[in-house]
Amino acid sequence: MSNEFHIVVCGSIVPDPLQTLEPVQGAQGPELKNEMMLPAVLDPWAGHALYEAADLAVKNPGSKVWLVSLGPKAKLQQVMMNIAQKVPFELVCADGSASGFTDSFEVAKVLAQSIEGIQGMDKSKLLVFGGWQSASRGSCAVMQMVGEMLGISEQFQGVDKLTAGGGGALEIMERIEGGAYQVSVCTGTPAVLGWATGELPEPPNNPQVGMQNMRLVMPALQQAKPANVQGSSLTFQSVELPQQRRETRVVKDMPVDDMAREIAEWLNS
Amino acid sequence: MSDTVQPQRQEMEADIVCVGFGPATGGFLTTLSRALMNEDGTPLTESKVMPGMPPQVICYERADDIGFGVSGIVTKGRSIRESFPDLDLAQMPMAHEVTEERVAYLLDPVGASRRSAPVKVADAALKFVARNHAVELPWIPDFLQKHDGMVLSMGQFNQWVGTQIMGSGLAQIWPGTPVAEPLLNGRAVEGVRLVDQGVDKQGNPDAGYMPGMDVKAALTVVGDGPVGAVGQHLDRELGLPEGNHQREWAIGMKMVVQLPEDCELKPGTVLHTLGYPEPEIFGFLYVYPDMSASLGIFVPSWFDNPVRTAYRYMQHWMMHPYLWKHLEGGTLRSWGAKSLQESGMQGEPFLAGDGFARIGEGSGSTNVLTGSGVDEAWATGVQLAEAVIELMREAKPYTKENLEAAYVQRRKKSWVGKEAEQAAKARDGFTTGFIPGMLGMALSGITRGGVNMPSRSRKPWERIPRIEDYFKGVVSEQELMQLRKECQAKGASLHDALMNKAGWPEVPLDGKLLVSHQDALLMGGKVVANPGYADHVTFADSYSCSVCTEQVCTEICSGQAISINPEGGAPLFDREKCVHCGACLWNCSKPHPEDDEHTNVRFGAGSGGLHSAEN
Repeated sequence: MSNEFHIVVCGSIVPDPLQTLEPVQGAQGPELKNEMMLPAVLDPWAGHALYEAADLAVKNPGSKVWLVSLGPKAKLQQVMMNIAQKVPFELVCADGSASGFTDSFEVAKVLAQSIEGIQGMDKSKLLVFGGWQSASRGSCAVMQMVGEMLGISEQFQGVDKLTAGGGGALEIMERIEGGAYQVSVCTGTPAVLGWATGELPEPPNNPQVGMQNMRLVMPALQQAKPANVQGSSLTFQSVELPQQRRETRVVKDMPVDDMAREIAEWLNS
Repeated sequence: MSDTVQPQRQEMEADIVCVGFGPATGGFLTTLSRALMNEDGTPLTESKVMPGMPPQVICYERADDIGFGVSGIVTKGRSIRESFPDLDLAQMPMAHEVTEERVAYLLDPVGASRRSAPVKVADAALKFVARNHAVELPWIPDFLQKHDGMVLSMGQFNQWVGTQIMGSGLAQIWPGTPVAEPLLNGRAVEGVRLVDQGVDKQGNPDAGYMPGMDVKAALTVVGDGPVGAVGQHLDRELGLPEGNHQREWAIGMKMVVQLPEDCELKPGTVLHTLGYPEPEIFGFLYVYPDMSASLGIFVPSWFDNPVRTAYRYMQHWMMHPYLWKHLEGGTLRSWGAKSLQESGMQGEPFLAGDGFARIGEGSGSTNVLTGSGVDEAWATGVQLAEAVIELMREAKPYTKENLEAAYVQRRKKSWVGKEAEQAAKARDGFTTGFIPGMLGMALSGITRGGVNMPSRSRKPWERIPRIEDYFKGVVSEQELMQLRKECQAKGASLHDALMNKAGWPEVPLDGKLLVSHQDALLMGGKVVANPGYADHVTFADSYSCSVCTEQVCTEICSGQAISINPEGGAPLFDREKCVHCGACLWNCSKPHPEDDEHTNVRFGAGSGGLHSAEN
């Protein structure tokens, strides 16, 4: 017997991980230099959640996936050109900063309100997915607060596996301290799952999926409402990047012991 | 035998499918998307594949983002301004009006440059008037001037254009989607086939195998640039019009540099250089509003050095006193490279056929006299869009005859076609040397193509001499044998060793601007390769490679992705370092076994590459 899930994935954009980031002081607080020029990608944590959501939806016919994104819509549009080819979803967009300098509480509030506003979403079937963390912020707090604001008490963080049982029960494998896992069984929806890496690879690009998604993505972007994440309750003492020193040397087939020794020597120097 | 059921190749239909998103396709989609809906909200014409809807237009771009194109641009922007009459450059990052233009001849301050006797005589005369080992031309010929023009970043321009097109909802642009080949039926094109995903290096099905989809369309617009897989495939299968050839190339390598705070260059400044590091190598530097600059060099196919390297030459060029006074203390922000089709109109393929049309650089639109390509490419896209709109209105099919009449004739009669004709032979003189080349440019420019320097065109592989011959007098054959042995054992290319021997000083790496080649890849290019795609650089005949003593492909490779195989045979290719510049395609000293107009290297459709949107 299959279950019908209404899966809402919270996820937005982060700068492409290969970019050089430089924090600067903007009018509204800290921001990244040239942030709107930097290429962006879907936050990889949210990406895992999205691919797991799509897989769950395929395995449970009648299920539906929404992607709720808080981000600057111009950049979201660019990222959607890549992501929309991966898996089917419907976009819900709130136009605002996706910077890691926003207040977790304000972000959670915008996401919760956006979820509440989804037409046709049945809260009794709701699974809220998202990244356990984010590549732009490591607070691990947003998903928990989204759940609380939606009144969902069944919450799981650091999830790597979800198995939906026939009677609607959810078996969830979470990461816990010490490299161990905890397996829990939840009687059913609604629930919040903050995903770790999951178990699925990034799906290949499928042009048909892209065509299908894009018919709803563009209107969603056009209808996106401005989101208030001004960070009025948050102040930053200072912002800085970790110091780094780069010494690139490309070596193939080097024994692991030699690599480890060389890295240790380099660090000690 | 595996009993796993392989997934079937899927098929999809669109009305128009475009290959490659650069300025040409930008011009095409901008113009077309504005016309697809009438003012009353009805479609200009109904989609054949989705009745009731406007025509379904899809564009597939190989790179992972539409902003990952490479080119520092200075352009008069005539066609771009026509498309955007209210263009406000302040609204586009890294864009500015041209405020100042200079052309400088650079003398050789280190004494290692390979200069012919006439060049040395000229140098000796000029050194008395030179400042910082350079002489600025007192006057820039009309045909080279870019006044009233603009400097742009290709990446930012593409992003700006693409966002507007996508925002219209009337065309879809899909980056990260390489197109393998056109779907040919005789000489007609019926769509395109996307590359297979989930395959190993050789293209064999692997985990997550998904055969590339066939996307069928009544019209295929080929704008995938000079080394694009679809354009190359069409040229191989259909040939070129009688008398045309694509033998002249250049590799453009560039950086975006954050200029030092005390730099005196003003935004909008345009510098062009010639004469150094080798007379055949030209340089450019364009200043953006945020005090960054796009700068780099062009290494042409008629520079006969068999150990060509763009990267090290670019470092020596930057350190020339004329430029270093502006750059010292700067920081590398971005880096990239691309091949340029330098045959211009002489390299024009069949511009249209049943079901397809060619636009942009791959269609021979670059003006090789004025050194202008972006605006011309944009214009050809606009012209094709106007033709398509006309054919849609008249409900005519995209036959060769209709496209010839509506597009090709429109292009020939336009300023793009007329100026391309004047420029067609402007660079022919360079095939015999630097000085005949410069004289030829001047002749063609002043006479508007009336008088041109005679030349004898040679295939790129025919031009490349033996290393022993080129470096005669610099290294003995015995020394060269020893160097070869040492380099092969390390899998290293020869150019550094030979340039050192020729007197080029070591580059004093500072970790900021003067960085190792690999650091340029990581810090500037941010190069990446997605898993599950086949190698896109292959060698047709590995025996040819095994007896090849030049292996120019390893020397020129912009990302050091092609390296000498220490065990001999065909060079090794590391897809994770490839920046998709396509230089290997024409930097090979061996002919293709079945087609001697081409080299032994095949450059196909591949995924990944640069992840920088500033180039």
